[in-house]
Amino acid sequence: MSDFTEAPRVEGDVVYLDHAASTPMYPEAVEVMTARMARTGNASALHASGRAARRVVEESRETVARTVGARPGEVVFTSGGTESDNLAVKGLFWARRHADPRRTRVLSTAVEHHAVLDALHWLAEHEGAVVELLPVDRQGRLDLDTLRASVDRDPGSVALVSVMWANNEVGTVQPLPEVVAIAHAHGIPVHTDAVQAVGQVPVDFAACGVDALTLTAHKLGGPQGVGALVVRREQAVVPLLHGGGQERDVRSGTLDTPAVAGFATALEIAVGHHGERGARVSALRDDLVRRVRDRVPDATLNGDPGAGRLPGNAHLTFPGCEGDSLLMLLDARGIACSTGSACSAGVPQPSHVLLAMGCTDEESRGSLRLSLGHTSTAGDVDALVEAIGPVVERARAAGAASANGYSTRAG
Amino acid sequence: MRVIAAMSGGVDSAVAAARAVDAGHDVTGIHLALSRNPQSYRTGARGCCTVEDANDARRAADAIGIPFYVWDLSERFHAEVVEDFVSEYAAGRTPHPCLRCNEKIKFAAVLDRALALGFDAVATGHYARLVRAADGTVELHRSADPAKDQSYVLGVLTSGQLRHAMFPLGDSRKDEVREEAERRGIQVARKPDSHDICFIADGNTSGWLRERLGPAEGDVVDEATGSVLGRHEGAYGFTVGQRRGLRVGTPTADGRPRYVLDIEPVSGTVTVGPRERLAVHRLQGRQPRWCGPAPDGQVRGTVQLRAHGGEHPAVVRLDGERVEVELLEPAHGVAPGQAAVLYDGTRVVGSCTIAATSRA
Ligand SMILES: Cc1ncc(COP(=O)(O)O)c(C=O)c1O
Repeated sequence: MSDFTEAPRVEGDVVYLDHAASTPMYPEAVEVMTARMARTGNASALHASGRAARRVVEESRETVARTVGARPGEVVFTSGGTESDNLAVKGLFWARRHADPRRTRVLSTAVEHHAVLDALHWLAEHEGAVVELLPVDRQGRLDLDTLRASVDRDPGSVALVSVMWANNEVGTVQPLPEVVAIAHAHGIPVHTDAVQAVGQVPVDFAACGVDALTLTAHKLGGPQGVGALVVRREQAVVPLLHGGGQERDVRSGTLDTPAVAGFATALEIAVGHHGERGARVSALRDDLVRRVRDRVPDATLNGDPGAGRLPGNAHLTFPGCEGDSLLMLLDARGIACSTGSACSAGVPQPSHVLLAMGCTDEESRGSLRLSLGHTSTAGDVDALVEAIGPVVERARAAGAASANGYSTRAG
Repeated sequence: MRVIAAMSGGVDSAVAAARAVDAGHDVTGIHLALSRNPQSYRTGARGCCTVEDANDARRAADAIGIPFYVWDLSERFHAEVVEDFVSEYAAGRTPHPCLRCNEKIKFAAVLDRALALGFDAVATGHYARLVRAADGTVELHRSADPAKDQSYVLGVLTSGQLRHAMFPLGDSRKDEVREEAERRGIQVARKPDSHDICFIADGNTSGWLRERLGPAEGDVVDEATGSVLGRHEGAYGFTVGQRRGLRVGTPTADGRPRYVLDIEPVSGTVTVGPRERLAVHRLQGRQPRWCGPAPDGQVRGTVQLRAHGGEHPAVVRLDGERVEVELLEPAHGVAPGQAAVLYDGTRVVGSCTIAATSRA
């Protein structure tokens, strides 16, 4: 029983294959942040300390804007991806419906992150929104014909379209230019959750034409708890948080100046190098997928097997295994990865993304997401490949034990 | 050994996990998610399937310094424990879901999965002792704390299951365990004990059963006269030996209280009478389970008929799957569906489910 070799519980020894959940911070971002933490000043204050903090925030805003192809005035700092998604979905819905009460429909996809999905459900339940979650194909990609048909049915009633740039579970990149073309033909604004895309694939706010774009720092080498909604100046947004109106009156609350600075620093590095890093990471990922399937021949890759996929994402189904058994066995060997999502009690849930892609409950439960990023090495891939065979074998035995019902022991 | 510690979020299982670590084992904590409806994770504050309990268990695992996961056993739990509970009540019997859970979930589904994953044992916070003989056989004994002893709810475990069980609290008293939890910095040290049926969050068992079984009115009949004393809304609201909640208007001639003597599930008739008519001298049992080698023929010992009941000297005769228990002193309020656990001194010999009782 070598599965539980003295598990390296020390963080430094972990083979970290969960970049899509949170990416290690760039040392430069840590440095900028810690330096700023030692200083005081509220960016809204009028004295020298306030001005200094304000300067950090505004320089960061300019950096963020420059890196994602936006104007500084379009960058609204928030507490992260969840807040940005909520602000975009609810704020745009309210503003558009206020301008024309007929606009009650919101079109989105069945594979959005919960930050979008749950905001939409809330709007449907409490604000009379009519939410249409459009289907995706086997690879998790939005079916454009359904979108077109849905818009054409009654364009005047659509408040907004929200389609993520790239999926957080299976890494599929959505056909955003086409989505924008369909929506803009009728003057309908488009929001995109680009949390997983920025720093992984080229993202240019102005060029892609979307009206609002969600970003979060901790998926690209910055700190947790800070992000931005990039939103066109001419696009009205009803705020979620009321107060001092610090961010363009769209978002209130004293900004976390050190985090904002760390965010901008990380974003600049992430986007600046994404070409070469993307190539390196996707080569590692391809190697990982190939070698895992060598060891476990019936493992299948979910999502887009080709170019329409995030470079760091590998999402595999291991027939006959429970994803949480795999996760636990890998964790015991110091390898960090992820299954779908868990509810607040920590109970693994079948992934809505995989179910929407037509996977069975069982396929969905037997899946693992292995996500690579800027700190990933060939050694990480080696470690996983080394572990995966015995781990899958054990997880299969456990799956069979559960499926068989009673053991002999239970009589 | 590699040990799975089942952590409910309470103080006992937390200390049990900590002691397994101290004993040199490689321990992994798990919390069992047993409720099928995720909503009840949020609303049920008293059951053992709440978000709070999962978080308490997780924080205890943090304090002990062991990895922690939540295992979703809700489907198995529903099929094996909850449905059995409902159908037993529907048949006029009184099941004990904790025994079922130990038999079918903790030391079956969980244990099987643990063994398949490469673990060697499952540890829980039950107050009971395991005594390992030199030849490797394992005996189950009462806890050192008679007030907390939980060997009764473990009496359904076979030697195959006990071989992979670990009860680190068996030699301790509850107050020692609480103190130890405080000393170890486990936050749940002061959490009250849970006594209720974990899947009935508000503790209202008959209301919960009525929701599932629907109203099933029937007569409340006096055993002596055969006259109908009143109506009830569902026989499942009653247990043999029950005195409260009969709601019969006519007082007895001598003013003495009435008790439930019998429940007839088909007609829904609940028969009542005076306490002495509850006296039971014989039990017929089914589904015997032996915690060690099955005894043959006839055994003398004591039987316990309820989780917190006393011991009755008895002679037990075995005939294949059928068990006949002769009580040397009568017992009162014995309900079919309950388990009769047989002891030899402090050692648990085995158990059976009570199928029928007789008065002579
Ligand atoms: C696609 C996507 N959107 C939104 C979020 C939420 O972002 P945050 O964790 O910053 O709230 C995440 C990450 O969890 C994500 O992957």
